[in-house]
Amino acid sequence: MKIALLGNPNTGKSTVFNLLTGLRQHIGNFPGITVDKKIGEFKFNNHQHTIIDFPGTYSIYPRSKDEEIVYDVLSDKNHPDYPDCAVVIVDASNLERNLFLFTQIYDLQIPIILVLNMSDIASKIGKKINLEILNKQFPEVKIIETNARINVGITILKETIDTFKPDPIQSKFITDFTLLSKEDSVNQTINTEKRFDKIRTLLNSITFEKEVKKDSKSSNLDKILVHPILGYLIFTFILFILFQFIYVFSAIPMDLIDGSFSSFSAYLHESLPQGYFSDLISQGIVPGIGGVVVFVPQIALLFLFLSILEESGYLARVVFIMDRLMRPLGLNGKSVVPLLSSVACAIPGIMAARTISNWKERLITILVAPLMSCSARIPVYTLLIALVIPSKLVFGFINLQGLVLFALYALGLVSALVVAAVMHLFLKSKEPSFLLLEMPSYKMPRWGNISLNVLEKVKIFVFSAGKIILAISILLWALATFGPKDRMANVVTSLEKQASFHSLSKEEQLQKISSEKLANSYIGIIGKSIEPIIRPIGYDWKIGISLITSFAAREVFVGSLATIYSVQEDGAENMSLLNKMKAEKREDGTPVYSLATGVSLMVFYVYAMQCMATLAVVKRETNTWKWPLFQMAFMGAMAYVGAFIAYSFFK
Amino acid sequence: MDKSLSFVHTGQIVTIDNLLDSSLKPKLMEMGLVVGKKIKVLFKAPFGDPIAIDLGGYVLSLRLDEAKLINVS
Repeated sequence: MKIALLGNPNTGKSTVFNLLTGLRQHIGNFPGITVDKKIGEFKFNNHQHTIIDFPGTYSIYPRSKDEEIVYDVLSDKNHPDYPDCAVVIVDASNLERNLFLFTQIYDLQIPIILVLNMSDIASKIGKKINLEILNKQFPEVKIIETNARINVGITILKETIDTFKPDPIQSKFITDFTLLSKEDSVNQTINTEKRFDKIRTLLNSITFEKEVKKDSKSSNLDKILVHPILGYLIFTFILFILFQFIYVFSAIPMDLIDGSFSSFSAYLHESLPQGYFSDLISQGIVPGIGGVVVFVPQIALLFLFLSILEESGYLARVVFIMDRLMRPLGLNGKSVVPLLSSVACAIPGIMAARTISNWKERLITILVAPLMSCSARIPVYTLLIALVIPSKLVFGFINLQGLVLFALYALGLVSALVVAAVMHLFLKSKEPSFLLLEMPSYKMPRWGNISLNVLEKVKIFVFSAGKIILAISILLWALATFGPKDRMANVVTSLEKQASFHSLSKEEQLQKISSEKLANSYIGIIGKSIEPIIRPIGYDWKIGISLITSFAAREVFVGSLATIYSVQEDGAENMSLLNKMKAEKREDGTPVYSLATGVSLMVFYVYAMQCMATLAVVKRETNTWKWPLFQMAFMGAMAYVGAFIAYSFFK
Repeated sequence: MDKSLSFVHTGQIVTIDNLLDSSLKPKLMEMGLVVGKKIKVLFKAPFGDPIAIDLGGYVLSLRLDEAKLINVS
């Protein structure tokens, strides 16, 4: 059976979904639009059931982009995802608002299983529900009670779904109900009034409340967490701890992944028979995959922390205290989450912007998110800092190298906010901007939900970014391997004419050859041809080549330099590459990697949109090439101007 | 006496009298802000905006701009 899982946000809907399907869930696409479709499967009595988890909504009429899919599917009987029946999860402690969505779906005459979730909380706050009368009002609806947080009632729910006969509903709750258009706010208002009146009358007959003392845990916590001063301090502190943890704990698996991929590719290079196909595997595909996998630890850790914060209810408070600060910048309190995610990777960050209902605020969030320094920039920053920034203490206790790294992150963040404010001035929008956000009560996170969420985010990254990074890696490999025939053929012969070449060891000779080949390949030619453009910001053609190759992913910059300077990459420290780069001289004898060039490169990498995968995601999310191209243009301009200023200043 | 929800102090309990017409009106109502509903202003964010209100069973936060659309007594 094809089941649609529907309900208000914060009703435990995703917990129910996760308990029903476990690991048997995946992300698909709704035809024609870009909203992700969470599909899960489960078997009961050897019957296969498919469940689609729809975004949590308060009404079938959408308020944000991700909610539109509920309307689109439920209003169209011919939609490929139109369900055989709907499982509607309602929060038993807050029936009035929850029954609103339920009765709307009922009036669409979709067969329903109604799940009263969190009935324990309802009875704790003194609410009792008379199920018999409720069932009399909706005779075709099957009603069951669950308590998903502690796994009560899930087997009964499975059994109910399995034996459910979806008979067409003949009656309607609001007898003259007709589906309105999404935009018809006048008639929606009239209908909403009517519906709530009727729900209240119904509730008077089915619930009775007894006076009980209210749980004050949440309100006490809120006194501290949204406090005008303490609130911000706590948020800053949590962020600080969070990023410390991420860097400390992701370093080990990242080194491990990096190391194993490079030794695997070296092993392949030696053991496979020589030829382009072997090179494609050992130098194009394997390092390409490695370049994707290496970011998984950081992304997983960031989303682990973010989902803990979200599940516990704290994230809603962050949105609450940040909203007023973000508004003058054309952003929304909800922009905080996308911007935070972008510190790991802009791709999940940009996708997280879907919850922002106002198009302009969402667009600005998407456009500035890649300015936050993502994990792919770290290898570039680390190499450049080690190269030109001395390791000494300032003010007696702050390490200068660490300070510069921090400054680069700060530069990204501040620039993102400034650019947002500028766009706020120029982009016009008639759509009202609003924030109507439920503040869930604080609760212990459910680890099952968290791990599935992390898994889902990692999958999104690996498959949407990974595909593109891999494709670009292969393309760049080809451009770096092939070149004009005559030039490539000359590489070895001209090297052999040099006397110094023969005094090198066999390995050094091979490195020298691959370096010369790269210089004469198509990419080398492009690198040389852009030299006049990049000379004013302090770069030579070798850096130019590396800039181009890092369009696959920024960290490729490091690997390209290693090839150009014909050294082996040797892990995190890259000592041999560093020494080689330090020794590199210009024609006039000054070092290539002076302080000015180094800082200029760092600034360039803070700003430049060196990531095809992000551009592709922006195209997908905004549905046009206009915005990603605009983004690439303004970020490129900022990078060039910023690098120019930095170079002129330090020269 | 009618006044806008945006002027209500923290801790006060008020009843919704009417909602001003705007494109947000159906959204506000769908969130449970309907005429006759008793609400309590729980706390305000730094700078007094947005505010959080108890809607009998759940806590909703909204900006002062939205609160202005709601007349209470």
